[in-house]
Amino acid sequence: MSLRRLLSVSAMVTVLFGSAMPNGATAGETPAASTIVMARDFMFAPAALTVHAGSTVTWTNRDDEPHTVVSEAGLFRSAALDTGESFSFKFDRPGTYRYACSIHPRMAGTIVVE
Amino acid sequence: MSDQTSRKSRREALRCMAFGGAGTLFALAGGVFTPLDLAVAATDRQRAARAGKPLFVQISDTHIGFNKEANPDVGGTLARSIGLVNAMPEQPALIIHTGDITHLSKPAEFDVAQQMLAGLKTAELHTVPGEHDTTDPTVTEYLNRFGKNSDNRGYYSFDHAGVHFVALVNVLQFKPGGLGTLGPEQLAWVSGDLKGRSASTPIVVFAHMPLWSVYEPWGWGTGDAPQLITQLRRFGSVTVLNGHIHQIVQKVEGNVTFHTARSTAYPQPVAGVGAGPGPLKVPADQLPAMLGVTSVSVVRHPRSLALSDATLA
Repeated sequence: MSLRRLLSVSAMVTVLFGSAMPNGATAGETPAASTIVMARDFMFAPAALTVHAGSTVTWTNRDDEPHTVVSEAGLFRSAALDTGESFSFKFDRPGTYRYACSIHPRMAGTIVVE
Repeated sequence: MSDQTSRKSRREALRCMAFGGAGTLFALAGGVFTPLDLAVAATDRQRAARAGKPLFVQISDTHIGFNKEANPDVGGTLARSIGLVNAMPEQPALIIHTGDITHLSKPAEFDVAQQMLAGLKTAELHTVPGEHDTTDPTVTEYLNRFGKNSDNRGYYSFDHAGVHFVALVNVLQFKPGGLGTLGPEQLAWVSGDLKGRSASTPIVVFAHMPLWSVYEPWGWGTGDAPQLITQLRRFGSVTVLNGHIHQIVQKVEGNVTFHTARSTAYPQPVAGVGAGPGPLKVPADQLPAMLGVTSVSVVRHPRSLALSDATLA
């Protein structure tokens, strides 16, 4: 990922973090912008995330090993993310989106868009 | 005496490969490996001679582009590995690279790897991709460089010195939560490829991820490999070579010998030790003993293959 892209991702996250959390959000729901951090132990954390339609989800690799974020349905696919690199995708439509790391397929997660 | 000279240089080279005591030579007879330490081989000419002429050397998991603490200089350790191969008293006929040539599938990483591998005295190089080489959706970077002999399928076969080689790809049909996959199309191709071949033909099969279940929780296996192994059972000598796990693990099942190679870049933990199969950080003075290559020779009597692992220590 280019430095420019990284910077633009960071900027977007900063902006989106500034948006208000929707009223009446229940446990398990998150604000319009969410970050999933890849932990050092080869897992997506949180593995299951619920967001509102229109939210952008950002994955950041915190492992020494590269990871990818690949949609099971082919909706999105990151390049190999080295340590510290990020990938973002905006979820416009409600649904359940399963994804995994193509380098370590045991690493899997789900985004539920409401 | 010239004979003595060549004997001496061979002995020195073997001693060099065995330095550190980590090198072990495996003579395969009747489907059973007989381990023979290279240090012993270096002082016992007859036993060393029985190892036969080097047929090929397996290089694996070079991970060009990796720059973390476990080995900040993967180019340096690959160069040392290439030096080790180039110093063999008899050059192997061909080189096999069992994948993860690069770390992030980047064009610049492939370019560096290709330039370095071109430094091998043995020019014939056969590769299969690892999952680190195929992170671009169309696998273009790998296939543009290494796909010519397989019509861009990635899998192919060839013959050399009476040995039939089968190169397979088990990192592309990625399924979330799954192991490596060969897929029905490739399995059908293998079936056609092996059809009509004599059971006495020595077979070498190589792919990146282990073609047997080493440790499923870490994805160290190939889900549909049993359908491949079934097709190999009728052959008298089958050697299955893989990389991926950056350490030597092997087992023998009838006439089928499974062997995984060391990486030239960095070691990985033993199955199940720690959170996952990431780079293993070891003290710098211990690293060379955990990196290396595998040499495979033809043994004339009985006609079979022998494996020999050498480290950079």
